[in-house]
Amino acid sequence: MAAKAVGPVKRSFAPWRDPASAPFIEFRNVTKRFGDFVAVDDLTLTIYEREFFALLGPSGCGKTTLMRMVAGFDEPTVGEVLLDGQNLAGVPPYRRPTNMMFQSYALFPHMTVEANIAFGLKQDRMPKADIATRVEEMLALVKLTPFAKRKPHQLSGGQKQRVALARSLARKPKVLLLDEPLGALDKKLREDTQFELVDLQQKLGLTFLIVTHDQEEAMTVADRVAVMDQGRIIQVATPAEVYEQPNSRYVADFIGDINLLEGRITVCNDGFIRLDCGVGGGTVEVDQTMDATPGENGWFAIRPEKMTLSLDPPENPTVNCIAGDVWDIGYLGDVSIYHVRLAGGATVKATVTNRTRLVERPISWDDKVWLTWPRDAGIVLTR
Amino acid sequence: MSATDRSAPPTPGNRPNPARWLVVAVPYLWLFLLFLVPFVIVIKISLSLTAIAQPPYTPVFDLAGGIGGLIDGISEFTVENYLWLTEDALYARAYLSSLTIALVSTALVLLVGYPIAYGMARAPKGLQPTLLMLIILPFWTSFLIRVYAWIGILKKEGLLNQLLLWIGVISEPLTILNTNTAVYIGIVYSYLPFMVLPLYAALERMDRTLLEAAADLGCPPIRAFWKITFPLSLPGVIAGCFLVFIPVTGEFVIPDLLGGSDTLMIGKTLWAEFFANRDWPLASAVAVVLLVILVVPIVLFQNHEMKRAEREA
Amino acid sequence: MNSRTSWFNVTSVTLGLAFLYLPILLLIIYSFNESRLVTVWAGFSTKWYVELFSNKGLLDAAWVTLRVAFFSATVATVLGTLAAITLVRFGRFYGRTLFSGMIYAPLVMPDVIIGLSLLLLFVSVDFGRGFWTIVLAHITCSMCFVAVVVQSRLVAFDRSLEEAALDLGCPPVKTFFQITLPLIAPAVIAGWMLAFTLSLDDLVIASFTTGPGATTLPMKIYSQVRLGVTPEINAVSTIMIGLVSIGVITASLMTKRRQASRIRAERQAAANR
Repeated sequence: MAAKAVGPVKRSFAPWRDPASAPFIEFRNVTKRFGDFVAVDDLTLTIYEREFFALLGPSGCGKTTLMRMVAGFDEPTVGEVLLDGQNLAGVPPYRRPTNMMFQSYALFPHMTVEANIAFGLKQDRMPKADIATRVEEMLALVKLTPFAKRKPHQLSGGQKQRVALARSLARKPKVLLLDEPLGALDKKLREDTQFELVDLQQKLGLTFLIVTHDQEEAMTVADRVAVMDQGRIIQVATPAEVYEQPNSRYVADFIGDINLLEGRITVCNDGFIRLDCGVGGGTVEVDQTMDATPGENGWFAIRPEKMTLSLDPPENPTVNCIAGDVWDIGYLGDVSIYHVRLAGGATVKATVTNRTRLVERPISWDDKVWLTWPRDAGIVLTR
Repeated sequence: MSATDRSAPPTPGNRPNPARWLVVAVPYLWLFLLFLVPFVIVIKISLSLTAIAQPPYTPVFDLAGGIGGLIDGISEFTVENYLWLTEDALYARAYLSSLTIALVSTALVLLVGYPIAYGMARAPKGLQPTLLMLIILPFWTSFLIRVYAWIGILKKEGLLNQLLLWIGVISEPLTILNTNTAVYIGIVYSYLPFMVLPLYAALERMDRTLLEAAADLGCPPIRAFWKITFPLSLPGVIAGCFLVFIPVTGEFVIPDLLGGSDTLMIGKTLWAEFFANRDWPLASAVAVVLLVILVVPIVLFQNHEMKRAEREA
Repeated sequence: MNSRTSWFNVTSVTLGLAFLYLPILLLIIYSFNESRLVTVWAGFSTKWYVELFSNKGLLDAAWVTLRVAFFSATVATVLGTLAAITLVRFGRFYGRTLFSGMIYAPLVMPDVIIGLSLLLLFVSVDFGRGFWTIVLAHITCSMCFVAVVVQSRLVAFDRSLEEAALDLGCPPVKTFFQITLPLIAPAVIAGWMLAFTLSLDDLVIASFTTGPGATTLPMKIYSQVRLGVTPEINAVSTIMIGLVSIGVITASLMTKRRQASRIRAERQAAANR
């Protein structure tokens, strides 16, 4: 774990797979109520040291509350939060070894950039000379040295974001909490900053906990993602697992685009499932190990880019193949999204990469098309 | 998420501490002792007998007397002062006339203030802070002085009469000062900012594209005003009306300086009972009845303001 | 907006301002009148001002008034700010309705009732009436106005700034003085100024709660006005209007300039990022 300082090592960084790793942040059966509203519902979660962990979910799912309980702005109604083995109950925010980067940045408008960064250090009664050195270090880290004497309102959005980052890192917190840190930036800047954040986290070797509603952001920066809904965690996994092996329709639908075909499980053997999806879907066969009994309801979930669209019927049009009419075409430049209306009335989406410069696509509105996919492309979900 | 999470009752991480407790306790106790307790004393004294002494009333009960004194005191309570208020028609007329004057002048202030607030809210954005300041500035100068200024204008040989005579509208000077007309002018003048400011705040906040949408949907400007602008400015209208109506009902300075001997207002009556007749128990009874009359509008005003504060939060 | 409505707007604002300012303007003009008759212009003179400065009664009253206003505004600002914090930050606590009732009621309560009730309080606890009873009475009324002014600023205050300070290791009380107070300072100052002028202005409450030896300027003016209009009062009024106008205009120009430089800085920041 100590060797985890450069990119390639990161791939093997997976303390959550090692039962011997010590938890760093622990939520133990945490419930948080605001009056009648249950923001966090009996939630248990473990985050490891040096992990870049993302809490992902829609507005009101409890992700910000969870983070604020680490920072100390909210206390759990039931359960406990531990950091590095220490129970945080009763520890006020100003005595916690965590720092937070706020969604609004919360830069003190009446202080210069320098004073903002020094603020936390002054609270620790650090000697003046040390503060000055540390502030310079932080300014250099976020490349804002020439802006030290400016006030927050004299900075652009991206610069403000970096001051906020420098300020929260200056005290060398055990955990850096990031509340929608890039939400206020425009798309291009956001993408660049995402990579900068990852670099910074690896360079400093700190634990980062990020809250976001932007799935792309979570997937880009995080080692693991927790997908939340209504105060509960639905799935915790690496970005690739969350995308390729969602454990529920909720996760499948929340992350990226997905087609869901409802059906009945007819065969469920070790490593093989057959699903009868009725008129529109036909028979679906999947290589998958899961615990289900034939006769149970299930949903076949497949991403639009994993289907092949063709004007000609395949050799075996009865398995893993659906037919329909092109209902709508969304041209996005790099890809086109085809909305195909099936015999049963349902619509599925298929993405086709645009490999030529032709403006006219070979497949057009109202064409009869066949969609096919291999047995390892989709996944059967039962909840 | 933040929306639901943050609007929930705040539960800051720090537990109740002495500093937090002091923040509530100091202003609370202050208002309790110097605002609420005095009303209880007013009620108590309104039930006492008048006496020629210093202070000019017979204390009905003493706190020093303990429970026994309290019971003795209560048995000595007298409703004589209230009976007196009902016996002399002067008081009933004064209350009625105060309410009438307050009601009419509230309507007048609204009528005068609305176009001003509307014009301000539609003025160029850069000019609005200056206009706002111009409306507030007289508010910072002495109320008494502003009322006094009208004496010079309204009296028989005053500037208004001179102007009207000079133009030739009238051939003889009008008697305006020491009449109810002068009182109305004084009230409209003095209370105008109280109406204009909440109206302006409501009108300025209004999304102007709403009017464009109305026009786009075929609604002519005048109709759009009654259907859209006016309903949306209602919170301002209500706040303004309360801010004018309630204090005007108990107004003393304006009817005293601009009104005549036949201008009956309860604030003047109270002042006279207190200072001229030195009848403190009767003055207290007058105040209690005035308070009872004003309790409903005051409570309505509070609810309105609290709702507004919550909406803004 | 078509030209007809804008014509209407310009007229109503102009007439409104004329209505507000004309009496004050006339008052000022006639304070420089040679004649004792307030309505007849008899040439320019500053003699009323000279006379004013030899009128010891008026000067004493002015001094009392300024001191009352200073003390009461200062205490009212502290109490009002605390009250505003209570209203905005403490959520629902036991007795909150009563508390906010006691904040809003004095805003509209007729002065005669407040004055009478406070006087009766002072008499019943046998508190020596005079300078300090006026101060106490003024604090009670003004703090509610301060509370409302500060409250509106606190409502708009971004709480994450305080949270950021706490998060960076700053304890709550220190956070209030280092972060919250500097940022709500404009409202606190405005509240002080409002409390100060309310106190300068008050006739009714002061008349009830005063005792021997404490005559405020409004009380003095009132007793003289009852005897008839005199140019001396015009002169006093002009001086008071002048002082207040200078204060308010300077304050607003300063904030305007600060805002302008702020907007410039923001534009620059946006342009050269």
